[in-house]
Amino acid sequence: MIRGIAFVLVLLWSGLAQAFDYGLKAVEVAPETYVVIGAMEHFSRQNGGNIVNTGFIVTAAGVVVIDTGPSLLYGRQLRALIGGITDAPVVLAVNTHAHPDHYLGNGAFDGVPIAALAGTRQAIAEAPPALLDGIYRLVGDAMAGTQSVPPGETLAPGLREVGGHRLEFLALGGHTGADLAVFDRSTGVLFAGDLAFLDRTPTTPQADLDHWLAALETLRALKPALVVPGHGPPAPPPAAFDQTADYLRWLRRVLAEAAAQGLDAAEVMALPLPPAVAALAVAPAEFARSVIHLYPAFERAMLSAK
Amino acid sequence: MITRRLLLGAGAALSLGPRARAAEPADPLQSISWAEMREQFLGGGPVVFDDGVALSAPSSAEDALQVPFLADAGKLGPVTRLVAFADLNPIPLILDYRPGALAPLIAARFKIQQATPLRVAALDARGLWHVAGQWVDAMGGGCTAPALAHGTDDWTAHLGESEARVFARDGRRRLRVSFRHPMDTGLAAGIPAFFIERVTVEKPDGSLLGALETFEPVSENPLLTVELPAALALPAVVIRARDNNGNVFRRPVTL
Repeated sequence: MIRGIAFVLVLLWSGLAQAFDYGLKAVEVAPETYVVIGAMEHFSRQNGGNIVNTGFIVTAAGVVVIDTGPSLLYGRQLRALIGGITDAPVVLAVNTHAHPDHYLGNGAFDGVPIAALAGTRQAIAEAPPALLDGIYRLVGDAMAGTQSVPPGETLAPGLREVGGHRLEFLALGGHTGADLAVFDRSTGVLFAGDLAFLDRTPTTPQADLDHWLAALETLRALKPALVVPGHGPPAPPPAAFDQTADYLRWLRRVLAEAAAQGLDAAEVMALPLPPAVAALAVAPAEFARSVIHLYPAFERAMLSAK
Repeated sequence: MITRRLLLGAGAALSLGPRARAAEPADPLQSISWAEMREQFLGGGPVVFDDGVALSAPSSAEDALQVPFLADAGKLGPVTRLVAFADLNPIPLILDYRPGALAPLIAARFKIQQATPLRVAALDARGLWHVAGQWVDAMGGGCTAPALAHGTDDWTAHLGESEARVFARDGRRRLRVSFRHPMDTGLAAGIPAFFIERVTVEKPDGSLLGALETFEPVSENPLLTVELPAALALPAVVIRARDNNGNVFRRPVTL
């Protein structure tokens, strides 16, 4: 009897695991241009890791996918979503950078060239297994079958015409060591990757704040009609540029001031957040993470200053 | 040592009277290891879970090798010891601080192996332990990972190098000091335990102001924070660190 119940439970469990439904929806933000908007949250079992924006452009020469999402299952459901909109094949998938929510769907794009900047390819190839373990731990069943599949091709920056879309690939950095932005000069839509966040606190595990701020100015100068941030709603500029830059500058200032006062990291994490920062999604947790990522360099500079 | 501990325990029981024999306060963190921790590190003495120690630490360890915490027992009046431990770490005891003439405040970083309660207990003048604590979530692996220094060839050349700075904090003087040291736990394969085990703050004439025992879980290249009370008017102090191999590192600091 007990064994029978256990068997039924196992069946239910595996059924649930396979059935995780991301409920992906494509929002058409410009002609032939779609964004799949993720939750402004941390990884969780409830969201299956869908905390990220992905996008695709349906060109006359096939579909270009920008980021593949956080899991194999997400990648498959993204591909199915695209298949519901067009019969055209996916001809190119790009990963904007080496953060797992942006590339762990690669496994679903079998037979499609997957390209990224050289630095991104290397970072994904060298990502420690513990990174994937950690996401399995946070997300659970929705990660089933997900493996790290590094992009097989190096993306050369520059302008490239794909099926009537003039796509400019920009090699930037600051959020990570290598950040790709894709600017569609035909529609004015800029896929900014995680160089831009809107209404969601920026993440900083590999951030170089000065470099990142410079990259935002480069993106601003493109004068896009619409900015698709890596996290948060697509919106015309300058909202995402301003908000991201304001946060980074605030972070830089508050960490420098804290180091000058001799605060320990544990105290810095507990500092009150100004209203503009507190209004961003997941602000307290993300700020605490940023302190761990970035504060040691400020402390070292302060301790070694003569 | 044992005798002194017994006497202390007896003295505390006498001065507290019936309260000491009252029902044991339940561990607010509901850790299965609490009873053992208390026996091992607090000598089984009377405890209270109150807000006597202000503990700052993250609820989640973003970096398992460097989890910061700061404990301030300033509101308790004279405090003779501050003991920090993480119940579920393979080596739970992080540090044992006897502030002496220094303020009852300590900040350090520790390596975390898995989600665990982090506690700091302060022993007040009446012999009562005030215990603060919180759970710290972690993906783990911090204690069994080799020190990052082992990824470089020349770490021994920099062993014991130090940096220090004094900050004015609300009338007190805060001293932050870091030493280059791998702080090996002995739990990483093939790397024996090698860690700073005692850090003292001394007057220039060598007399002791405060003494900190540090243990394996303290993070690589320890960054320690202590405070000198306003009343302690000194032109300079000397910080002395000794590791379990007998190396001694000395750092004079002008105040």
